[in-house]
Amino acid sequence: MTALGRRRPLRHVTFGLGVVITLLLVATAALSLVWTPADPLAMSIAVRLQGPTGAHPFGTDHYGRDVLSRVMRGAVTSIAVGVLAVGIGAGVGILIGVLAGWMGGWLQEVCMRTIDAIQGFPAILSALLFAAVFAPGVLISMIAIGIAFVPAFARLTRASFLELREREFVVAARALGAGDRRVIGRHVLPNTLPPLVIQATTSFPVAILAEAGLAYLGLGTQPPHPSWGLMLKEAQNFLSQSPAFAMFPGGAIALTVLGLNLLGDGLRDLLDPKGA
Amino acid sequence: MRRYLVRRVAAVAATLLVVSVLIFVVVRVLPGDPALIIMGTEGSPEAAERLREALGLDRPLLVQYADWLARAVRGDLGVSIQYDVPVGRLIVSRLPVTGPLALMAALLMVVTALPLGLYAATRHRRAGDYLAMVLSQLGIAIPSFWAGLLLILLFSVRLGWVRSGGFDGWSGGLWHGVRSLVLPAVALGLFQAAVLVRATRSAVLDVLREDYVRSARAKGVREAVVIGKHTFRNAMIPVVTVAGLQLGQLIAGSIILESVFALPGLGRLALGAITARDLPVVQGVTLFVASAIVLINFAVDILYGFLDPRIRYE
Repeated sequence: MTALGRRRPLRHVTFGLGVVITLLLVATAALSLVWTPADPLAMSIAVRLQGPTGAHPFGTDHYGRDVLSRVMRGAVTSIAVGVLAVGIGAGVGILIGVLAGWMGGWLQEVCMRTIDAIQGFPAILSALLFAAVFAPGVLISMIAIGIAFVPAFARLTRASFLELREREFVVAARALGAGDRRVIGRHVLPNTLPPLVIQATTSFPVAILAEAGLAYLGLGTQPPHPSWGLMLKEAQNFLSQSPAFAMFPGGAIALTVLGLNLLGDGLRDLLDPKGA
Repeated sequence: MRRYLVRRVAAVAATLLVVSVLIFVVVRVLPGDPALIIMGTEGSPEAAERLREALGLDRPLLVQYADWLARAVRGDLGVSIQYDVPVGRLIVSRLPVTGPLALMAALLMVVTALPLGLYAATRHRRAGDYLAMVLSQLGIAIPSFWAGLLLILLFSVRLGWVRSGGFDGWSGGLWHGVRSLVLPAVALGLFQAAVLVRATRSAVLDVLREDYVRSARAKGVREAVVIGKHTFRNAMIPVVTVAGLQLGQLIAGSIILESVFALPGLGRLALGAITARDLPVVQGVTLFVASAIVLINFAVDILYGFLDPRIRYE
């Protein structure tokens, strides 16, 4: 039995479930790039707003497009936005965290206040501002979500740096004449990785939820591209005619987020035995 | 405590300053020419020039910033292009929707999450605990706006009990206003409650492992007192922090729910302003909401210092 299974028997099951759902998500996204049951963009007014049928297992939308194909292609949007948003948040956050944790002094103060200030901007708020200044679109939603992740990554990095800065192996490396860049890159940063990896995994489902929310508000992915949030926005106008239309995109979001959260919980147990 | 307070107040003032700089940079510096954003492609060069002068965009950036900040501090957030009324007044007029919505969701979050989290912890690794955890996993996975749609589908489309959206206002009495906010507050509170259940459960579990809890049990203190007095009160310290941080999330979340339920709140004000190219309104709402969240986080910090004396001496 693995360490994970021994400590928490049920965690074994939920972690497995998380892995399966995540693999399903990735497989669906990959498959949708080469094959979908129908063209996700092809309209056919004759069959609009149909419930699930043999030809359209998830039904059709208000333009008669195949909802299954659109849900499948929507997975690509979710994954892409999720990965890039977490990447932006981690990149900028770690940079600020390194500065704040390594330098100290007034620079640290500036970094900390910037982090506090960014905490005042949830993804929706930055997206509103960017959409007004530039134009709504998937790029600004990605950046807005990424910005919202910056404080968490920055704080984690800074905390690790403050702790590691005084440790013997770092002091030893310095005494041997290693410069800042080498000490940070070779000795400190690698040791801060586990908490950062956990943070990235747990941020991913949050990013997917945020992308859906922004697309729903019209601030993210723009029509006709399929995005789960955008599909829900479109479905809302036809709730009484075709309730099924609102079920499948929403279900796809919930299932994805559930799977990624279970995966994240399991990884946390594996990588961070103290916190479990 | 006093030194701690002074330090925190200075920090929050600096933070608000950074907030204003960030917004100013995005609105005035990054796009190059805000006048062109407001006018769109239709405006003539002369009209753009007049607008630039009217908005003071022909002055140095630093002067523009100082001027804008000085006005904002006094509550002057400019004039809405779309409605031709002060932005500050527009924001105040939308607060009676967004404020109560966030508060109702917060109330719902606390009254469901705390008991459930406590219950799950006392039933650690038994059926009740697993059930609570499954519920919270589901709650976290379901996006609030989808939950809102499902509530509309059930209570409005199927059962016909309530309207699918809109706001009746507070003039008709408390119930009138509350009635239009119940479904959005449920949808909004659900997700945050699911997060708080997990935080409460793990905080209570941490305290239950403490020596003083074991001592209390060993000397025969009744279990209700052990849980209610020794455990719950100490577990509340981290829980208050999480709940406080969630208040900011609730304000942000209400922006989405206002759209789902067609409520005339701050979020809809800002969204409408985007289509109308009403930059002062978006800028004003963003500054207001971001500052509110920073101040809430500050209040949580102070409260934390009161609850846990160790923090003050850090």
